[in-house]
Amino acid sequence: MSEPDAAPRQETAVTSDAIESPLLEVDGLRKEFGGVVAVDGATFSVAEGSLTGLIGPNGAGKSTTFNCITGIHEPTGGRVTFDGQSITGLPPYTLANRGLVRTFQIARELSEMTVIENVMLAPGGQVGESVIRSVTPGLRGDVIEAETAVRDRAWETLEFFEINHLAHENAGNLSGGQRKLLEMARVLMTEPEMILLDEPLAGVNPTLEEKLLERIHELRREQGLTFLLVEHDMDVIMNNCEHIIVMHQGSVLAEGDAETIKSDERVLEAYLGGDV
Amino acid sequence: MSTVDSVRNRLDTLPDVGLVIGFIASIWAVMLVLAIAVGGANWANLAAGFIGSVTVLMGGYAILALALNLQWGYTGLFNIGIAGFMAVGAYTTAVLTAPTDPAAGAVPGLGLPLWVGLIGGMVMAAIIGGLAALPALRLKADYLAIVTVAFSEIIRLVVNWNGLAEVSLFGVPFGTGGATGISFKSANEVASTFINGVGQPIVAAAEGVGVSGPNLANLTYGILLLLVVAASYWVLARITNSPFGRVLKAIREDETVTQSLGKDTRRFKIKTFMIGCALMGLAGVLFRGQAGYVSPQQFRPTITFYVFAALIIGGSGSNTGSIIGAATFSGLLFYLPARLGENVSLGGTRAPGNIIDAVAGLGSLDPLPLLAYTISNISTLRFVLIGVVLIYIIQNQPDGLLGHRNEPATSVSLDRPQSGSGGETDE
Ligand SMILES: Nc1ncnc2c1ncn2[C@@H]1O[C@H](COP(=O)(O)OP(=O)(O)O)[C@@H](O)[C@H]1O
Ligand SMILES: [Mg+2]
Repeated sequence: MSEPDAAPRQETAVTSDAIESPLLEVDGLRKEFGGVVAVDGATFSVAEGSLTGLIGPNGAGKSTTFNCITGIHEPTGGRVTFDGQSITGLPPYTLANRGLVRTFQIARELSEMTVIENVMLAPGGQVGESVIRSVTPGLRGDVIEAETAVRDRAWETLEFFEINHLAHENAGNLSGGQRKLLEMARVLMTEPEMILLDEPLAGVNPTLEEKLLERIHELRREQGLTFLLVEHDMDVIMNNCEHIIVMHQGSVLAEGDAETIKSDERVLEAYLGGDV
Repeated sequence: MSTVDSVRNRLDTLPDVGLVIGFIASIWAVMLVLAIAVGGANWANLAAGFIGSVTVLMGGYAILALALNLQWGYTGLFNIGIAGFMAVGAYTTAVLTAPTDPAAGAVPGLGLPLWVGLIGGMVMAAIIGGLAALPALRLKADYLAIVTVAFSEIIRLVVNWNGLAEVSLFGVPFGTGGATGISFKSANEVASTFINGVGQPIVAAAEGVGVSGPNLANLTYGILLLLVVAASYWVLARITNSPFGRVLKAIREDETVTQSLGKDTRRFKIKTFMIGCALMGLAGVLFRGQAGYVSPQQFRPTITFYVFAALIIGGSGSNTGSIIGAATFSGLLFYLPARLGENVSLGGTRAPGNIIDAVAGLGSLDPLPLLAYTISNISTLRFVLIGVVLIYIIQNQPDGLLGHRNEPATSVSLDRPQSGSGGETDE
C-alpha cells in the first residue's frame, strides 16, 4: 500500500490552523473504489472534548472518511491516529473497544431485536459474552450480576433519550427519528471517548433535533466526550460546532470556526458552483 | 392462515416445557390410536413399535434442529453440510469405541468406553467444523454455505474410501470400514442392557401385554434420546439467553454494526459454529448410529435438507420452536404417512397402477381410486406433502410456528428495575 502520490492539495490553507491536543488526526487519507477516488488526501484533526463539524456537498467523501477512520473500509493510503496511537486499518471492534465509535448515516438498528436488547448489546467486556460463563451454573452468578447492571444502565440510557417507552418494541418498528436516537443510545452504552455522527439529524423532526443537540452538548459538558458531526443543515453546524471542516471532492477545502467558514469564498463556490 | 394462526395462538398460551411435552404426547397419542385401529390383538406391541420409532426420530431431529437453530436461526450461519458433521461425530465415536477384536471381516477400533467415544465424536465434529468455518467466515456469508456443502461431500467420500477402511497407526489397527461401514457398541445396546437390568419389572409387565423386548428397548432408547434433547435444550437456552446469545442475534441482523459496537464477530461465529457442529456430531452417532453401525449411506445430503425443513416449520430463531418443528416434521410429515400407507387399506378398492388411472376415477365422480392410489404411494407422496407444507409456511408464516416469538437474549428479566427492590430473576 503506497503513500498517496497526490499530497493534500490545500496543505497550506489547512495546516496553518493547527489544533492543540488533537484526539483524532487524519493525515493524507485516501480511498479509491475501482476508478472512483472517494477520499483524496484528506487531512484534519479533531480536538479533544470538541464538537467538530464536518460538512461538504453530497459525494464529498464524508461518509467514506468515517468508514476509513472506523475500520469499515481499509484506506488506500494515509494515516489515522487516535489518542496518539496509529489506528490505520484496524478493525471496527478494536476501535470501539478503544473508545472510538460511530453512528451510520442510514440508521442501522438491529431490527429483529428489541430496543433494550439493541442497547444492552453495546457495552464492552461483558462477562456473559463468554459461553462457558453463561452456561456453567457456578460461574453464572457473575453474569447475572453484570447483566443486571447493564440492564439498569440500559434503562437509564433509554430514559436519557426518552425512548424508554419503546424498550420492548422490536427496533424495526421504530420511526426514522427514533432509530437515530437508538443509534446514539447504543454507541453511548459502549462508554466511548469519541463519537463520529453521520447525519444523526436527517429525518429527525425539529423538536427531536433540538433535544438531540441538547443531549450532545450535555454529554460533552458532563462526560468530556468528543464529537465529529456530519450534518447537511448549515445552521445546525454553524450554531453548534466551534470548529468546522469543509470537504470537497475527497479532500479538505477549508477549516476554521463558523465565521471563517462563512466568509470563505471557496466554500461558497463548492456549495453553489456544483462541479468546480 | 387461520389454521396456523389458531395453532399458534394455542401454542403461545402454554409455557415452553408444557408446550413441548404436550406436543410430543399428542404425537404419541396419534400413534397409539393408529396402532389400536390397525393392530388388532397385537395393538400394544405395534404401539410400542410406532411410539419407539417416532420418538427416536423426533429426538434425533430435535437435537439437529436445535444445533442448526444456534448456527442459522440465531447467528445466520448457513450450514448446508449438516450430514458431514454428523458423519464426523458418528465415525469418530465408532472408531474410538469399536472393539479391538471384532468379528471376522469387521474393522477393529480402539475399544474405548462409550462416553469417551461420545465426547471424542463431539470434539472432533467441533474441530472439523472450526476448520471449515475458519477460512469461510473471513469472507462473505455465502462462502460458508459453499464450503460446508463441499466439506460434507468430502467427508462422505473420505469415509467411503477404501484406503482408510483399515489402517494401522503405531501398530494399532483401526479404520472406517470404507463403503461397508463400521460396527461398534451402540448406545441402543446400552439402553437395552439398562432396561433388561434395572428395568426388569417393566420388561415383564410389557411382555405381559405383548410388547416385544426389542420394541421396549427401542422405546427406552427414544426416551433416553429425549433426555439428551432436554439437556441440549437447557444448554442452548443458556447460551442464547445471555450476552453471548445477544451478540449472535446481532451478527445475524447486521455484522458490521456488531463489529462497530466492539464485538470481534469472527470469534463469536467460529465458537458458535463449533458448538453447533459438536451437537450435530452427537446426533450423528446417537441417531444415525443408533443400531451400532455407521456407513457412508447414512450421511447423504438429504438429511441436511430435512433438518432445515424441521427448523423452518418450527420457527428459526426459537429453541422451543426447533423442537416443535422437529417433532412436526419427523413425526407428522415423515413417519406418520409412511405408517398410514403400510397399514391402511380401502376395503375392496384396489390401488390403480398409475396416477392417470387414479385421476380418471374422478371423471365418474369416484374418488376412491385416487384415495387408494395416494395411500399406497404415500411414502413417496409424503415428500410432496413436505414440500407443500414448506411452501405454505414460507408463504404464509415465514416465522414458522414459533419463530415470531421473541426469546430475549439476556440472562435477566428486562423489565425496568423497580426502585428499591432488586427483583431480578434468572429466566
Ligand atoms: N462502497 C462504495 N463503492 C463505490 N463508490 C463509493 C462507495 N462508497 C462511496 N462511494 C463514492 O464515493 C464518493 C463519496 O461518497 P460519500 O463518502 O458517501 O460522500 P458523502 O458522505 O460526503 O456524501 C461518492 O462519489 C460515492 O459514489
Ligand atoms: Mg454521507
